[in-house]
Amino acid sequence: MKRQRTWLYLLFWVVVSFLTLFPIYWLFVISVKPAVELFSTPEVILSSVYWKNYVDVINDETLRGYMMNSLVISTGNAVLVTVLGFLACYALSRFDLGGKESIFFWTITNRMAPPAVFLLPLFLLLTQVYKFGDFTLLDTKIGMILVYCTFNLPFAIWTLRPTIDGIPKELDEAAFVDGASAWTVITEIVLPLARPGLAVTLILTWVFAWNEYLLAATLTNFNARTLTTGLSEYVTTTGTEWGVMAAISMFTLVPALIVFSLVQRHIVAGLTFGAVKG
Amino acid sequence: MQSNRLGWILLAPTLVILFFFGVVPFFYVLWLSFHQWNPFALDPAVVYNGADNFRALVFDNGFLASLGVTIAFVFFAVLTELIVGYLLAQAFMKEFPGKAVFRTIHTLPLIMAPIIVGSIWKLMTTPSIGIIPSLLASWFGFDLNIGTSAVAAFTVTVIMDVWHWTPLVTLTLIAALVSLPADPFEQAQIDGANKRQIFWHITLPMIAPALLATVFIRLMDALRTVDEVLMLTGGGPGSATRYLGVHIFKEVFPKTNYGYGSAVSIIVLYLTIVACWLLYVALIAPRNKKA
Repeated sequence: MKRQRTWLYLLFWVVVSFLTLFPIYWLFVISVKPAVELFSTPEVILSSVYWKNYVDVINDETLRGYMMNSLVISTGNAVLVTVLGFLACYALSRFDLGGKESIFFWTITNRMAPPAVFLLPLFLLLTQVYKFGDFTLLDTKIGMILVYCTFNLPFAIWTLRPTIDGIPKELDEAAFVDGASAWTVITEIVLPLARPGLAVTLILTWVFAWNEYLLAATLTNFNARTLTTGLSEYVTTTGTEWGVMAAISMFTLVPALIVFSLVQRHIVAGLTFGAVKG
Repeated sequence: MQSNRLGWILLAPTLVILFFFGVVPFFYVLWLSFHQWNPFALDPAVVYNGADNFRALVFDNGFLASLGVTIAFVFFAVLTELIVGYLLAQAFMKEFPGKAVFRTIHTLPLIMAPIIVGSIWKLMTTPSIGIIPSLLASWFGFDLNIGTSAVAAFTVTVIMDVWHWTPLVTLTLIAALVSLPADPFEQAQIDGANKRQIFWHITLPMIAPALLATVFIRLMDALRTVDEVLMLTGGGPGSATRYLGVHIFKEVFPKTNYGYGSAVSIIVLYLTIVACWLLYVALIAPRNKKA
């Protein structure tokens, strides 16, 4: 009886896993087919593998540039928000700042608003208001790094707060009594203890920035265009090149999956935005 | 204790960035929504026009259609995710070999970029390329064409959202189910309660806080779905899948009618807040009072 039940569960999960994995596998199938074979009857098992779509993507100078932009923007943004979030959480946790719980809650509300709402004002501010002489933040990597702070910085503060709160205050107080400076306390006492939390924050914010599309599509033209926008661009201009589109998708997907495997255990608490303790 | 000045200094960069990229855009868009401004029109000046933009909005059929399909989308997607997510979470409560592996596989879609999810489902469902239309045609003789059928396009966006986000519901409900005490269940079984009674009277009330938090997160996220739908259907056919975010991106933004566009943005933000607030008042607040 019991044995039979185990088999049923196994079978059930094999089916569910198949439903989860098949669409991803199908993306791969399309990415390794030449264009002429696509429109014959769709076949699930690959008879041959055709890598030319990937080669085309790598050889495309524009797409290579987009890939580089994505890498620079998401890495720059992840490092920035993790450092600033760390400092902000230290301030919120250790100092008796007036209205700090309101400040904490306010930072979170920045992430709740739908990004589509901010397309128009951000576009106008970046083109018309935030400019220094001839230099505007539109279509610059630094501009995108700052814009991505609106959703990643609240996230970093939200996930780092419990980590910093969990480090006993007595440790830094003892160091202050011994005459250490604030800088020494932060970098040599708090930072090493917060390292696991910082790593998870860094990786998740990196993925969020890497995956972002909507803001990049409206706030960049060429110089700071990211891989996700390159993907949609490719679809609308050349429409039918499904193989290349699938290959670009794979290039966007794989880094996120690799990074995901690094923090898989911590993912529940992170993705649910700390609302439900994992 | 250290002087508070240092605390403010450490907090300052965060506050400055969020001020310029979070607060200023909000007040700017609010201010613009009461003005008429189209820099490419004959009269490119910014002119105060009171509530005219909002008055126009009430009669804007494109906007109203978008609002309608958004509500339908959020309702069907979130409801399906809750039911499927709960069943999957229950199925994870038993011990069976390879559980960790299945759990990892199930979590995979969560980390994927929405635009990639859109691209995957486009490859799955586009006629003559996708596997789904060809299987449906050969097994049931059913013609699935998301380019021409509004119902098909809508259904596929819901299925796509369910595929993408059910794992989130599953994971949060697993966390809730694991932390339940065993006593009430044992007691109920001794008292001869059947499975359905146990679910309605014990399991559901006990996981309610986690369930509501999940509904909250999913509702907020579903309301702002853009990327994947933009990729899959581009909002079409007609306005069948032109959800609010897609509407802003495709219809409002390119028209350079910035005053009116601001009004649309403000209303979308307002509706999101109201939806969350209603949910809070209707479901979460009475519970807190009881407790």
